[in-house]
Amino acid sequence: MEISFDFEKPVADLMHQIEKVKQVEDKTKVDMTATVAELETKLQQAKLQVYSNLSGWQKVQISRHPNRPYTLQYIEMMCDDFIELHGDRTVKDDKAIVGGFASINGETVMLIGHQKGTNTKLRQYRNFGMANPEGYRKALRLMKLAEKFNKPVITFIDTPGAYPGLEAEERGQGEAIARNLLEMSVLQVPVLCFVVGEGASGGALGIGVGDRVYMLENTWYSVISPESCSSILWRSWDFKERAADKLKLTSEDMFKNKLIDGIIPEPLGGAHHDPQKMADTIKARITEDLAILRKKEINNLVDERIAKFRGMGVVNEI
Amino acid sequence: MAWFKREKKGIITSTEDKKEAPDGIWNKCPNCKKPLHYAEQVENKYVCHYCGYHLRIGSKEYFSILFDNNQFTELFNNLRSGDPLQFEDTKKYTDRLKESYAKTGLNDAIRSAHGKIGDQELVIACMDFNFIGGSMGSVVGEKIARSITYCIDNKIPFLMISKSGGARMMEAAFSLMQMAKTSAMLALLSRAKIPYISLLTDPTTGGVTASYAMLGDITISEPGALIGFAGPRVIKETIKKDLPKGFQTAEFVLEHGFLDFIVDRREMKTKLASFLTMMKN
Repeated sequence: MEISFDFEKPVADLMHQIEKVKQVEDKTKVDMTATVAELETKLQQAKLQVYSNLSGWQKVQISRHPNRPYTLQYIEMMCDDFIELHGDRTVKDDKAIVGGFASINGETVMLIGHQKGTNTKLRQYRNFGMANPEGYRKALRLMKLAEKFNKPVITFIDTPGAYPGLEAEERGQGEAIARNLLEMSVLQVPVLCFVVGEGASGGALGIGVGDRVYMLENTWYSVISPESCSSILWRSWDFKERAADKLKLTSEDMFKNKLIDGIIPEPLGGAHHDPQKMADTIKARITEDLAILRKKEINNLVDERIAKFRGMGVVNEI
Repeated sequence: MAWFKREKKGIITSTEDKKEAPDGIWNKCPNCKKPLHYAEQVENKYVCHYCGYHLRIGSKEYFSILFDNNQFTELFNNLRSGDPLQFEDTKKYTDRLKESYAKTGLNDAIRSAHGKIGDQELVIACMDFNFIGGSMGSVVGEKIARSITYCIDNKIPFLMISKSGGARMMEAAFSLMQMAKTSAMLALLSRAKIPYISLLTDPTTGGVTASYAMLGDITISEPGALIGFAGPRVIKETIKKDLPKGFQTAEFVLEHGFLDFIVDRREMKTKLASFLTMMKN
């Protein structure tokens, strides 16, 4: 059974009904095609109804759906070839960030992304997509490698945050992220970033400074998760819906506030409803953008990148 | 049985003859709890002369400690926060700002100024913790960005004094992007080969640590300052263990290799001046 959320109940119910009718058809050999077709139409309507008016909190839930594709699955669906590279050359190999040379339509790129696990054991192995400093340093090492061989950098962001652990502090979590922000802003190759799930704060931004930053339709990106925001401002997790609303963390809000460069539409219901279609959409955008960015003089590209981030913020002159 | 007996009951001094001790003349050291007189505090650069504890101070005090004769030109003081998200939690963000303007007399959690230290030009941007926990929003990012441009244009070294709980939640993703913005501007400063000193003071955490605070050509700190990315409470809840003593103090961060040195506030000006001289000669 598909995992579904409360607000998806009308859709789930109809899917359940269709399933039942089909079972009856199998058993009794009575032709139910008309009934199924009718229900399918209803299902399509229900889906449109449910998924076209999602609140901030509902999108946060979809962005965390356990069946959503993660970086390695996208790589499998998008790339003709991939050579994963490991380790930060200082401490260890962080499993929460993966990366390596990938071939997209014959063009070599450096693809780096957060990685979450697909079952309990793997989720632990990947530390729930929460990177330690060595993850950010591995990412930086790979970006520098890409720069050396003039390959564009593509990052996939999906993290509930940088890991808030004891060792992370000892090894300089803050410094690792800060260094990435500085280095990415002047990286001498095109950089494309995609928020494919959760974009939580510095942990997301740590691989998120690019010429084009996109969010998939049902993802979120903000300075803090709605739960933590609620617990700080209202001293309880109960206000997470309100916090999600106030933080303006959806792709539409982020685009409207000019904090991202575009929104990548998802299949109806979310990326997990049709992962291959999602991967194809992202791939098309990568191909299209790289063709444009490749033509630009690299110094201009870097200057434009800096100017874009320089322009973010709202202040009043008094 | 009391030793002394009050002969006349109640307070008999008339209101006109009442003597007032102005607030703030005496202060208690938060560490050793000994009383500190205001004049002594100023003389000791707001360091407790009993235990060496560095009291939390703001931009006004840092400027007076560091700039020669307390003379400086304030930069970009006309910037105030917008409210791009119409944010409201228990209070409206605009109301919170108004209260903070009134309470602190500041325009935001940062002031920037150009002056001289030991007769050498320096731009200092200094955060004020009094203003919404020294949180970093658009104004903080913008003032740092403008200060950096000013330093590049005039070829003046830049000192950033951080004192902040991190990004300002009421500006959400706008605050987050200030991290990228300030770091990108520091890349330009670095390209221009202009020295950048980052001074971390108590406390420096969150998004500030994960951007400009950790990017100094030299990164230094005051003794005992709390420095970290995640707050101690969050870490404790995550790992479900008690944190070791001295965790996330300046001394801990120095020991792990993320600070160049720790400097006592009373010797800070001399040390900074000699660094600037070395860079020049």
